[in-house]
Amino acid sequence: MRGGRRGIRQAGWGWTGFAGLVSLIYFLPVLWIILTAFKTHNDALAIPPKVLPLPWIESSFSFAPTLENFVGVFSRAYTSASTAIDTGFDLFFFNSVLVAGVSVLLALAIGTLAAYGFSRYPLRGNDTYLFIILTTRMLPPIVVIIPIFLMFRVTGLSGSYAGIILLYTAFNLPFTVWMMKSFFDELSRDVEDAARLDGSSERRIFLKICLPQVKAGLAATAVFGLILTWNEFLFALLLTGVETRTVPVAMAQTIGGDIGVRWGLLAAIETLFLVPIFLVTFLLQHHLLRGVTFGTIKR
Amino acid sequence: MFVIPTSILALPIDIAFWVSLGAAAVVALASVVNAWGRHYGPLLVAPALALLFVMNLFPLMWSFGLSFFNYRANRATAGLKFIGLDNYANVLTDVDVWHRLQTTAIVVILTVGVQMIVGFLLALLFERDFPGRRILLMLVLTPMMLSYVAVGAFFRYYYEPTFGLLSQAVRLFTGETFTPLGSPVGAMLAVVFADAWMWSPFVMLLVLAGLVSVPKYLYEAAEIDRASWWRRFTTITFPYIRSLLLLALLFRTIEAFKLFDVVFLITDGGPGTSTETIGVFVYRVAFQYFRTSQSSALVYILLFVVIVLTNLYLYFVNRRNQEA
Repeated sequence: MRGGRRGIRQAGWGWTGFAGLVSLIYFLPVLWIILTAFKTHNDALAIPPKVLPLPWIESSFSFAPTLENFVGVFSRAYTSASTAIDTGFDLFFFNSVLVAGVSVLLALAIGTLAAYGFSRYPLRGNDTYLFIILTTRMLPPIVVIIPIFLMFRVTGLSGSYAGIILLYTAFNLPFTVWMMKSFFDELSRDVEDAARLDGSSERRIFLKICLPQVKAGLAATAVFGLILTWNEFLFALLLTGVETRTVPVAMAQTIGGDIGVRWGLLAAIETLFLVPIFLVTFLLQHHLLRGVTFGTIKR
Repeated sequence: MFVIPTSILALPIDIAFWVSLGAAAVVALASVVNAWGRHYGPLLVAPALALLFVMNLFPLMWSFGLSFFNYRANRATAGLKFIGLDNYANVLTDVDVWHRLQTTAIVVILTVGVQMIVGFLLALLFERDFPGRRILLMLVLTPMMLSYVAVGAFFRYYYEPTFGLLSQAVRLFTGETFTPLGSPVGAMLAVVFADAWMWSPFVMLLVLAGLVSVPKYLYEAAEIDRASWWRRFTTITFPYIRSLLLLALLFRTIEAFKLFDVVFLITDGGPGTSTETIGVFVYRVAFQYFRTSQSSALVYILLFVVIVLTNLYLYFVNRRNQEA
């Protein structure tokens, strides 16, 4: 009888072994990205593939780990085998951080206010507004991009930081509103009502009572917003210029080029990005479901 | 700050643009002023709605207007002509469009199907409480947090016939050169494999939420009754995960329907047009052939599908919330 008297959901180390094997196979493509980040260009293209980052073991599967790819991300002159190559990835990295950071903060400010409004002071047709907001997030980006492309061309916003930040703020807004609304909806109204009876102003109730209670929600929303924005490709492809290009676009363009792709460099960028992802999936595990469904499903 | 070429202002579409943008600004401003000091609700949501209006709804309305003209973004607007529903008629009778829709349907069915199955199996694996569960869960959840571009790029790296990881593994077992991207079927499966790998954890997360909400005493009672695994599943587990399975299915269908980045990076629609999904096709029509008006018409058909699916999704979300 599986599980015994303690209930079916307990399992021992045997289950850990099995799950560990499955997880590792599932994780293999990501693990390979991490390994590639520490390889020289030749090692990344080696046949048979170099698996072990242990140079002191004599075999055709081991390789000597190097940090040159990580250096390449942050410095313009990326030297590999004594030839200097200008990758420009330091700029693209900076662009991505700037654009994602500013737009997520803007969306958080505007979106949290709106979420509080939708949650506490429902408008006539509240659900319709919320539906329209969610729909704008669910639309294929290609639907919106055609007129936005023309609009940016007319206003000269194309290729500027202002343009892409504005667009990404709008892109993050539906997600932020739904997510924060789901957090505000969960708060107990008793404290607020008590404060209201004591003559607290509505602004004070929002700032001193509600906002402190959703701090974790704000953090979760911000981090999910950052991941979504960082990963966005199509808008950035069509609306950023040479100087404002973001990481995904730069990555895609390296792939499309005729010269050999610097897989190590791409892997290094992705590996750096994995750190926040791991933190999120580990620390914000309780909000993960809400995050990936744009706040529509709480539990 | 904004460089506005005055010559552009003289063109008809752009006058329409400035007039409607001005009108939108006036309406937004008026509603804020109107609400000031009387209601909190409108005031709080006004900035968000205004931004969404300018960046989403207004562009959509504009492209709706464009879809009735013969506008091409790379040509002067001098020969601009109102052609009514011709674009829609052309799009709906175009063999290419139907072919791309068919391709999209196949990709959606395959990838969502695989995601549901793999996600479900993964959820069964993580349903139990075992040592190290959180760490392993973290490993499995990583793929869906990656960017489409990274997944596309690196799967292309794994599919590469000579030094690709997957190709080398296949060559080791079969002794033949593995070129998944060479044939239409292979390319389709390659795209589906990458996308399904990336999003199965999403389904797992939803199913898992359902599985852990099943009260333990039900299982204990079933154990006493010596109910079979299948019976336990259909009578206890399934009712708890049914609604979440449906939501996962709808959500993934919406997302798979707009598949663009992975296809764009792994196959670029090839070989030929065998993996060109509707998203990639619209991109081509709009930004490579510059048939702007025609692509706008096409986009409205996509829009309709997504709105219907989103409506359905929210309907089931609300129903689930009411049941709980």
